[in-house]
Amino acid sequence: MVGVTSYGAYVPRWRLSRQAVAQGARGEKSIGNFDEDSVTMAVAAAMDCLWGVERETVDGLLFASTTSPYGEKECAAIAATAADLPRNIVTADFTGSLKASATALKFAADAVSAGTARQIMVTAADRRQAEALTPLDQSLGDGAAALLIGNTNVIATLEASYLLSDTIMDIWRGSDEPFLRTAHERFVDQKGYMDVISEAISGLLRENGLAPKDFARIALYAPSARRAREVATSLGFDAKSQLQDVMADVMGNTGVPYSFMIFIAALENARPGDLILLASYGDGASAFAFRVTGDIEKVRGNPERRGMKKHLESKKVINDFKTYWLWRGLLRPNTKAGFLPHHFWKISPTALWRERDRILRFHAVKCQVCGTVQYPPQKVCAKCDTRDQFEHVRLSDKKGSIFTFSMDYLSSPVDVPVVVPIVTTIGEGKILCYLTDRVVEELKSGLEVEWSFRNFMVRDGIQNYFWKAIPVRA
Amino acid sequence: MESIKDKVAIVGMGCCKFGENWDKDGQDMAVEACYEAIEDAGIEKKDIQAAWQALWVSGQTGSTLSRWLKLDYVPISRVENFCAGGLDSFRNACYAVASGQFDIVLASGTEKLLDHTGGFGEVYPFAFDRPGVDFDLPPSNTFAHAATRYMEVHGFSYEKIKRILAKIVVKNHHNGMLSPKSHLKREVTEEDVINSPIVSWPLGLYDCCGLSDGAAAAIVTTPEIARSLRDDYVLVKAVAIANGAGQAYLRGDTSLFGGSDKLEMNIPETYYAARAAYQQAGIKDPRNEITHAEMHDCFSIIELITVEDLGFSPLGHGWEDVEAGRFNLDGEQPVNTDGGLKSFGHPISATGLRMLYELYQQLQGKAGPRQIKNPKLGLTMNLGGTSAYFNTGIGIVGCRD
Repeated sequence: MVGVTSYGAYVPRWRLSRQAVAQGARGEKSIGNFDEDSVTMAVAAAMDCLWGVERETVDGLLFASTTSPYGEKECAAIAATAADLPRNIVTADFTGSLKASATALKFAADAVSAGTARQIMVTAADRRQAEALTPLDQSLGDGAAALLIGNTNVIATLEASYLLSDTIMDIWRGSDEPFLRTAHERFVDQKGYMDVISEAISGLLRENGLAPKDFARIALYAPSARRAREVATSLGFDAKSQLQDVMADVMGNTGVPYSFMIFIAALENARPGDLILLASYGDGASAFAFRVTGDIEKVRGNPERRGMKKHLESKKVINDFKTYWLWRGLLRPNTKAGFLPHHFWKISPTALWRERDRILRFHAVKCQVCGTVQYPPQKVCAKCDTRDQFEHVRLSDKKGSIFTFSMDYLSSPVDVPVVVPIVTTIGEGKILCYLTDRVVEELKSGLEVEWSFRNFMVRDGIQNYFWKAIPVRA
Repeated sequence: MESIKDKVAIVGMGCCKFGENWDKDGQDMAVEACYEAIEDAGIEKKDIQAAWQALWVSGQTGSTLSRWLKLDYVPISRVENFCAGGLDSFRNACYAVASGQFDIVLASGTEKLLDHTGGFGEVYPFAFDRPGVDFDLPPSNTFAHAATRYMEVHGFSYEKIKRILAKIVVKNHHNGMLSPKSHLKREVTEEDVINSPIVSWPLGLYDCCGLSDGAAAAIVTTPEIARSLRDDYVLVKAVAIANGAGQAYLRGDTSLFGGSDKLEMNIPETYYAARAAYQQAGIKDPRNEITHAEMHDCFSIIELITVEDLGFSPLGHGWEDVEAGRFNLDGEQPVNTDGGLKSFGHPISATGLRMLYELYQQLQGKAGPRQIKNPKLGLTMNLGGTSAYFNTGIGIVGCRD
């Protein structure tokens, strides 16, 4: 039976204290660093989802987001490559609506049911932006989630689904506009969110002969914790015992991945046999019923997987809104350029293509004669001089440690100081790279690092992605 | 393999004023330096049979020099070896004379950096075959890494490394004051240096050399012809270059960046180039045989590292000689008597020849207020590239017998 076979999540390390923006505001919102976007976060969630998964068994990757960095260019293909998935897979972007994640989930489940794919990964990520100092901006957070859909070793079987389509000017953004727009909040919440998501959940219950009491947990997308409680109560659920926390005070509304992230948080505490409701909203609504199986422990027990709980716990709080505005490009254009723009030459599309294994998949080479792992890939082994006898080794899921580092106070308008470490990877191999998500006071040689896919710079509309080192997240 | 020792002589040298030469382009500066060298040699421009021109971002092809100087159809090659281009242009000129193919040749190095965002900007060529798609770093980080590794390996505190480096900087600022053609003319104190804003930790602003425009040139010939031109010509004892292949990063080695517990050298490119040069020149005891030296102090740490790699001071103990004043103008083995890159300035491709210009003047006793006592054998060390991929040039020159 079709269902979830693995899950992964990503919450950026950084949280903005809402107090920093408005006195008396409550809690924190998750914010991506200056070099993160919806593609990089989707890759992080995909990597989290892939622990313990054979990449050759994944036949597709879908990317759902309202904040694709490209007008024309598929992000799913970038994410699938960065996640080091095989080439002979299906990829597609689901965009333009908050329900994009739910729609992608439906299509993935249908493909697996139809037998045209063994497993499809649904990634969802958003980094939405409302105008500074607005309540909407305060409510939003950044994040990503990934659900692997398949029909063997299922940890939560998809028992039923109910989707409906609707159109209402509740929240929108013109294709040439940077900020979200929204109609009157009470209208949006009542005639948009509450009415429509309730209709979808009611439809699911009605058509499948289910009652609210059948569910152990309900994971609802919600514009606020209060609206989630109101929907749950009005439909006959017990908000206190059944409603999964929407993490409004520790993360915020992450948009397209939001319902997945709440659902994953529910899975992290679920018991075999539990029935869990997943409900999404946006241009209609979608409701799914999942039954947790005994296999959940295998996925949940993988110590590498951070999911929601560990990601939320691993955080650094920022108490000044200037940093947030700087990272969002609200104080200065071209925020993605870690260095001053004049430090960069034009990006070569041919080189990006030719070196995609090194750049996107982050492959080193391993000499088949002497075993020395070398990055960047070589033609002649630096150790034993053998020519052209290398196999590829993926570095992106390996750890390393800082050999030494510099802190550049001059070059960057955004990330001061830019930390440039030399990182020891496998064996004696060392890589000169950038360190991001760092806290200067915690830097030292020997610090353990892992790799994170980041947006290096944007030039001529090209999003130049690359892997950076980050201190290992607790 | 024969040595180049005493097979080639320098009979003329020239150097323009280094600095922010807003009113001069590459042609203005190269003509000034080359004509000075030609006049100094007592030859005519038409006597030049071949030339090598070092250029990083200031022009392409050897025709740049023929166009500037109006050399009539003589063979000229453009040399590019990043910051070591100047010495490499000289090295090629030496080989041309030593081979017997040419009698009188010109080695020139010119760089017009400041027409473009301080030199490291839009004009930065793809020197590390990186087509704009991945990691790049301003040079300050490469040398900050050298400093952090030096601290880690030799057990230096931040305070100690800053204090030692400050002494080097103060010395080079002082020497630059005495050089008419230097870029920066300002005495500084150790406190100024230690407290200067951090550029790339642990290096501060005063640990970094100036970015300058400039040009320098040398006329190279056979010792026989040299004798007919002047009495105080200078003999070439050795020229060497060593290039790194990323060994320290890719497989580890016993250098500063290699990660081995057993440290044998700081920067292997410098170590090996120096050993090759010492072999050519027959030098067994560089600490006592080399009377003065010019070093590539693009960042102060490199001077400290280099006195050790050259064998002037034992590994990890260069600081003791720095503290004792060994490398000061009045010390036993003066280093960067003209102010070095730090205050003479660093127009990339001109630097190697500028260093040679100072060694030459010292050997001829023409260094004015900077003149050291009894110069016999001068060494120049010219460094380009990034860690594990450096290219270090070494030249050794001496008085005629």
